[in-house]
Amino acid sequence: MRKLLIGNHALSYGAKLSRAQVISAYPITPQTEVVELLSEMCASGELKAKFIKVESEHSAMASLIGASAVGVRTFTATSSQGLALMHEMLHWAVGARTPIVMGNINRALAPPWSVWTEQNDSLSQRDTGWMQLYAQNNQEVLDSVIQAYKVAESIDLPAMVILAAFVLSHTSEAVEIPDQKKVDAFLPSYKRKYKLDPTDPHAFGGLTNTENYYELRYKIQKAMEKALDKWEEVGEEFEEIFGRKYGLIETYKVSDAKNLIISSATIASTARNAIDKLREKGEKVGLLRIRVFRPFPAKKVRGILNSIDKAVVIDRNIGFGASGIFYQEVKAAMYNEKNTPPIFGVVAGLGGRDVTSKHIIEIYEDTIKKNKPKSDIIWKGLKE
Amino acid sequence: MSLKIPEEEIMSCGNLACQGCGANIAMRHALKALGRNTALIIPACCWSVIDGPFPYSSVNVPIFHTAFAAASSTAVGVKAAFEILKKKTTVVAWTGDGSTYDIGLGTLSGSAERNDDMIYVCYDNEAYMNTGVQRSSATPAGAWTTTTPANYPKKNQKKDIISIMASHRIPYIATTSVAYPEDMVEKFKKAKNIKGMRFILIFCPCPTGWKYPPQFTVKLARLAVLSKLFPLLEIEDGIKWKLTKKISRPQPIKEYLQLQGRFKHLKEKDLKEIQDTIDMNWELLLKKLDK
Repeated sequence: MRKLLIGNHALSYGAKLSRAQVISAYPITPQTEVVELLSEMCASGELKAKFIKVESEHSAMASLIGASAVGVRTFTATSSQGLALMHEMLHWAVGARTPIVMGNINRALAPPWSVWTEQNDSLSQRDTGWMQLYAQNNQEVLDSVIQAYKVAESIDLPAMVILAAFVLSHTSEAVEIPDQKKVDAFLPSYKRKYKLDPTDPHAFGGLTNTENYYELRYKIQKAMEKALDKWEEVGEEFEEIFGRKYGLIETYKVSDAKNLIISSATIASTARNAIDKLREKGEKVGLLRIRVFRPFPAKKVRGILNSIDKAVVIDRNIGFGASGIFYQEVKAAMYNEKNTPPIFGVVAGLGGRDVTSKHIIEIYEDTIKKNKPKSDIIWKGLKE
Repeated sequence: MSLKIPEEEIMSCGNLACQGCGANIAMRHALKALGRNTALIIPACCWSVIDGPFPYSSVNVPIFHTAFAAASSTAVGVKAAFEILKKKTTVVAWTGDGSTYDIGLGTLSGSAERNDDMIYVCYDNEAYMNTGVQRSSATPAGAWTTTTPANYPKKNQKKDIISIMASHRIPYIATTSVAYPEDMVEKFKKAKNIKGMRFILIFCPCPTGWKYPPQFTVKLARLAVLSKLFPLLEIEDGIKWKLTKKISRPQPIKEYLQLQGRFKHLKEKDLKEIQDTIDMNWELLLKKLDK
């Protein structure tokens, strides 16, 4: 069935089709529609889940960690300040190995108040151990929630499905809603191996001395590495059943490309249009969209950049004191490679400023003609 | 006369508590009353350590350790999951005064307002003992702590957590004390059979933080009750207040204070001020009691 859905409702449908059993959330613009629709679904009985209307995002995450530790499937959604308030519990979810799936609407952090899109909220959580997936359209938002459960539950780590504020969250697109029976076959119910259970009592997360903590961290890293293969496997299996293909990255016109535009989320989506226009002008340019950011698909990135002349990364985020964050990651992945091309880093569209196809063409033309970047940040559209 | 306390010991002997730890006595009796079909949610507090270092645990019921401000919020999720799985496990948030009176108060209020189905226990030792005796809002006025030195002791009165909880009109509130194990067991048993948010405050002297020899834990807890400092109460629906231990011949607070190093800097006039405050609080309490 095809339906017109805003990105937020695509998240709700993703959670519903995945048969989330405990949902806990606190409202924040621009996330509210996600949980409003889920509240209605729970109230009508369409979704058989417990919905806990908590008093903060910190509590939202804490309650899901508790529920997940007992062995049920859990969902929440938040954005920006809400995600920042959750920070402590994001770490807890990882250490407790709870495969929670959360939607995060990328919104710029205050002050000053802004409700528009920017990736610094989720990227500030980069090192918590959450998997992060940046979606480019509403179909991908819905499909990714279902896939995220499958990956998360196979490695006992939580996952964040991330979408741009308003550009996706409040924009209606035609979305194919998968058949529930097919989703059930793809995603069986959650079976937790080590759970909170009075018939087999254990203490989870107690004081752990130096003999053991290090190894527990090693196991989280190993799970993340395993997730790299899982996202690909799950993407293939998803394609077999539902006909839509997903992987760690997505490429567009790279087979004969000399130069590359690298980005994520909706800027990457717009970049396809820019690439078509640049190709009309004779430019051999392709797109690398980084879909899964954690775990970082470094091998995939190397596989493509090793045979490229030059690349430009466009970041809708900034690591203050350094540079755009995807740019840092791409450069780090390429550092020990023999054929590392010059890589340019552009920071654009902070606080939701539009990044159009025209801007991307300008970014490409301004950077690629140079031999190598003169600085770690090239600002686009800065009013000085 | 036989004690009305279940004989079965659920908690093992041997854990990391200090000698004379009140919170240890509290756990032992709470579990006797609640039985094995119980899950404990423990935020940062002494009990994060007491239970034993990984991979050991001493309570023989499942524990989920959680963040400081997340006791009731984690517990509500645990309960929701048990309900989904149709399991009738009693979910207990087991917390110290730091998380209850301070960092987790907003979260606790959220759970109370929603009437979340859990027993929320605060074992109150009147300061941040696990981090080395810093003042909390449960620390009484006049007390020394490592952040309220003897020449500048705590000025503010202890926060009235019971009135705060009562104003949420939750089904059941009780105060109890490690000096009255039968009272403790009875109240936990009663709480177990009530649905919704239940709040139990346990007075737990702490030899390490209060600076007294460990053999005085029960004595101090008893003196606190007999001196009207810590009334043993039950409150139903936030409005029906009942004193479960009547104090016919109250003792002066002086002995209680003088047994503890944390009050040793106090002068006669300070002792009188504390006595006056206790008397005033008692009068206020009498007005609230259900006639």
